[in-house]
Amino acid sequence: MTTYIIRRLLLSIPVLFGILFATFALARLIPGDPCRAMLGEKATKVVCDEFNHRHGLDKPIPVQFGVYVGEIARGDFGTSFRYSKPITELLKERLPITVELSFAALLVSIFIGIPLGVISAVRHNSWVDVVTMMWANVGVSMPVFWLGLMLAYVFALALKDTPFQLPPSGRLSAGITTTPFFETWGMQVKEGTFSFTIVDFLARMNILNAVLTADWKLFKDALIHLILPAFALSTIPMALIARMTRSAMLEVLGQDYIRTARAKGMGRRSVILKHAFRNALLPLATVIGLSLGGLLGGAVLTETVFNLSGVGRILYDGITARDYGIVQGFTVVIAMFFVLLNLIVDVSYAYLDPRIRLN
Amino acid sequence: MTIAATPVKLDSEALTLKSTSLWQITWHRLFRRKSSIVGMIILAILVTIALTAQWIAPYSPTLSMLDTKPPQDIQKRSSPCIYLLGCPQDQPQHIMGTDGNMRDEFSRMLYGARLSLMIGLSTVSFAIIIGTILGALAGYFGGWIDNLIMRVMDVLLAFPSLLLAIAIVTVLGPGLINALLAIGIVSIPAYARVMRASVLSVREMDFVSATRSLGGNTYEILFKCILPNALTPLIVQGTLGIASAILDAAALSFLGLGAQPPTPEWGSMLGAERNQVFTAPHLVFYPGLAIMLTVLSFNLIGDGLRDALDPRLVHVSS
Repeated sequence: MTTYIIRRLLLSIPVLFGILFATFALARLIPGDPCRAMLGEKATKVVCDEFNHRHGLDKPIPVQFGVYVGEIARGDFGTSFRYSKPITELLKERLPITVELSFAALLVSIFIGIPLGVISAVRHNSWVDVVTMMWANVGVSMPVFWLGLMLAYVFALALKDTPFQLPPSGRLSAGITTTPFFETWGMQVKEGTFSFTIVDFLARMNILNAVLTADWKLFKDALIHLILPAFALSTIPMALIARMTRSAMLEVLGQDYIRTARAKGMGRRSVILKHAFRNALLPLATVIGLSLGGLLGGAVLTETVFNLSGVGRILYDGITARDYGIVQGFTVVIAMFFVLLNLIVDVSYAYLDPRIRLN
Repeated sequence: MTIAATPVKLDSEALTLKSTSLWQITWHRLFRRKSSIVGMIILAILVTIALTAQWIAPYSPTLSMLDTKPPQDIQKRSSPCIYLLGCPQDQPQHIMGTDGNMRDEFSRMLYGARLSLMIGLSTVSFAIIIGTILGALAGYFGGWIDNLIMRVMDVLLAFPSLLLAIAIVTVLGPGLINALLAIGIVSIPAYARVMRASVLSVREMDFVSATRSLGGNTYEILFKCILPNALTPLIVQGTLGIASAILDAAALSFLGLGAQPPTPEWGSMLGAERNQVFTAPHLVFYPGLAIMLTVLSFNLIGDGLRDALDPRLVHVSS
């Protein structure tokens, strides 16, 4: 297993370099000079000369690339002129929101998608199956931004003053404040340290923070704000997971050992859950892994629709403001994050299926 | 003594199968699946609309109702007004209402079908051509060419596709053509992989060696021997690819990176009016529904084709 992980890690190094090269090339392809693209149209010559010198832009292209890789390695992803903040600062603020949203969406899609897929496989060709598959086809074809807006319309306006009313935007209602759990607990963490970054990251996820501080009012408020965006974002992965679960289960249910298990008198329920479902898990791991990229892309749209100030929203703002620093920095970070996620998926795949790690 | 003549029962299916081509079988199978029929019906309607938009649209897609003679007495973002559903006859009929610039939403929707199909077809054609060539080269020559091409594809796949498309368009500048180019680029790896896999599986087969020994050059071998064998997975991938290309293009336009106003593109129409969802929901509802139906039709056909072209399912009736 260790050798497999090491080999897989080594394989992702060229990809990481490729990502760096691609984003570097993208930044160089921006029409006009990079300084004015990064610092804005109004940057003066003095400022630009200083900027070019600092980032090695007055040197040959290969050296520039070396400087860029060095900067990334030191954790310097550039600066946003719109917010006049380093990208890393913005990331610390915004990434928790996107992670919370994507994680919630993933949970929704797994906890609804898998049971639906199992049921439609077990009751193959029944009305449950037909309805689920019709719905799954619609689900994969759904423009996330449209679904989000329609959900907002239905739950915030059409169902106004009913118990089903849900807020269409933002993360918390006005007047609700959060206290980071590490302050409530009286933890001594110094700002600027690595451990502070970690606890601060966790504390910025409202739901997690509410649970850790046992603040149920905050929990409820954060949850009702998260339902619509999480549901909108979960549609496509949910539909994919339901379809994949169904076809994997159908394949497994036709195997001899399922018949054997039934023949020896095992209950239908435990045959399905213990024998069939476990073996159908493998293709599911792939589909869940593949959905993660879609979730990150969908987060841009969902956050824009629901006005959540996450990574996606800032990327959108960066695009509209022509803030190339944001676009470049966040693209690199998200791609690296995605490579890491794929690595985790591959390793878990190898863990689930010994044939893969031995090959 | 009579010899009972046992009638020889012919396996009619085997006989008919022998005389039908792969495409006839596929076509036949496609029509046995309800979902593919639904997909084809939606697509047929869309194609009809796209081809006849200029005759069936009641107004020009870019004409503001202020500019009609005489100017129409309506508000901007007015709700749908359909005579059949009881809209008073003295008001001008706008089946889907008017948008923020007082243009007829219905006419814009009709013209949008044209753009949407054009977007899907052009991006996928671009991606298929480049992807097929790259995949064929990688699979056929192997070695460092294979390594180089496939590593570049890996890097493209390392980005979530929509994000990479966003990054590319941000650099190239917003606009429909750039958006199409970006979506085309991010979908290349899928076709390159399919093609490479097919080439690898066919490369060492006898008929390829035969062509080579008969003096066929690389071009002939690649495009006359190997490509036809890779067509099936490419067609399936391409049909499903059209669906995701349309979806991604709509998303880019929604974000303001794709088609620019006043182009009647569904994604940008939706994006332009998204803040009015509470006051004029029809301006968000119709374009989104149209995008969904278009994407759905290609997804249904793609799924149908995948099953219909699957050789393992030859004798299974479904």
